[in-house]
Amino acid sequence: MSARLLAPIDTPLPRRRRAELLAEIEASGLTGRGGAAFPTALKLAAVARTRNAVVVANGTEGEPASWKDKVLLAENAHLVVDGAMVAARIVGARRIIFAVGRENRTVRKRLERALAGRSDGFDCFLEAVPDRFVAGEESALVNHLNGGPAKPTMQKPYERGVLVQNVETLANLGLIARYGAEWFRERGTADEPGTVLITVLGAVRSPGVAEVELGTPMRDVLQRFGGLSALPNAVLVGGYFGTWMRAHDALDLPLSDAALKPFGASLGARSIVVLPQDACGLAESARVARYLAEESAGQCGPCVFGLPAMADALETLDVDRLRRLAPQISGRGACAHPNGATRFVASAVDVFADEIVRHHAGRCTGSARSPVLPLGSSREWR
Amino acid sequence: MKLRVNPILCDGYGHCAELLPELVELDEWGYPIMPREPVSRSLEPAVRHAVKMCPRLALSLEKRAR
Ligand code: SF4
Ligand code: SF4
Repeated sequence: MSARLLAPIDTPLPRRRRAELLAEIEASGLTGRGGAAFPTALKLAAVARTRNAVVVANGTEGEPASWKDKVLLAENAHLVVDGAMVAARIVGARRIIFAVGRENRTVRKRLERALAGRSDGFDCFLEAVPDRFVAGEESALVNHLNGGPAKPTMQKPYERGVLVQNVETLANLGLIARYGAEWFRERGTADEPGTVLITVLGAVRSPGVAEVELGTPMRDVLQRFGGLSALPNAVLVGGYFGTWMRAHDALDLPLSDAALKPFGASLGARSIVVLPQDACGLAESARVARYLAEESAGQCGPCVFGLPAMADALETLDVDRLRRLAPQISGRGACAHPNGATRFVASAVDVFADEIVRHHAGRCTGSARSPVLPLGSSREWR
Repeated sequence: MKLRVNPILCDGYGHCAELLPELVELDEWGYPIMPREPVSRSLEPAVRHAVKMCPRLALSLEKRAR
């Protein structure tokens, strides 16, 4: 069977019973494709126990180094709609809200078109959300849908009957409902079954998004993007909450959380940036650290004060200060933003340690003209 | 039982650290760092008092580890 995430399918969604569908999802071993990799069946079951369930298809993708959800929605919106309806059937929801970033017109149009042709008995809505880094965090997204700012709260939506599910996860539900758990498990590894959409940027010939099997050797993954276009300096795995790795460490690994774990890394946002040899990893990281500080939702002291302090210290390459700051920041906000930012900065200090020594001696080996890591620019919360 | 702070509510004036010097430290910006360990029985009354006294109602004593 060749149908995959980015290839439109013309067979109708089979009508299957709720319990049967849930059992199929459970057997598939599907985990969330938004970054947290939580078992999808568990979340579905938790929401199925609540009353007045609602499904939120999360296509916000505020991570600037990730395009995979946008590409999925642009190429195959129907499959996401299918999956959202499967999820709604399982949890007993009537209402489905499709949440996407405000700035991407194509995505909105494709989704509108996909929704126009069908109802299948569900009430579907499309909501445009500010393109901020933390706006897609579950509680922030629900807060926005309820009329508030797109900032995290202390609520857990799934405990209150709101199933927030990443659009790629939903697309997988659409496939599993059609072809079954066994089919899904034909790809990937035993512990991490299936395929993932991955964004690869930086020093590859054709940056973009592709669908790859979990467990694929990293070098083969890069071949899907035309292969390396320059000597690699380092690799950022998992987006801006992710981890810098030395190129020779990263390139020999298979694409899986199990393989990345010993390096303190994970697939996270499923984004890989290959930093070319002529780019300065410290300058790149400092820009991202500043960006993450500006993306703080401004609610929790350790995040509001800690992230700018961390960005300052990275700019001045004050490693001792960074070491002292980390435990004062990580784990101390309402959401994972400070934890992710701290991990990112700590990995930069580790991987670019030699570069720090050279900078202190007044030399930077970076000569690249334009920055490699993209940043977001929205300033809105509502 | 674990002492927790809701970081969205907390204003960082540090009243809790004054009431519970043996448990709560302040970070360099004045926000309280919660103890990692569960609260011992002997300190529970003092902690409950601090929870009540927090002007932002940001503190809670919770049963389970999350
Ligand atoms: S930790 Fe930072 S981003 Fe998260 S809710 Fe608090 S202030 Fe906002
Ligand atoms: S007393 Fe309450 S508001 Fe004040 S610092 Fe402590 S937790 Fe925060």
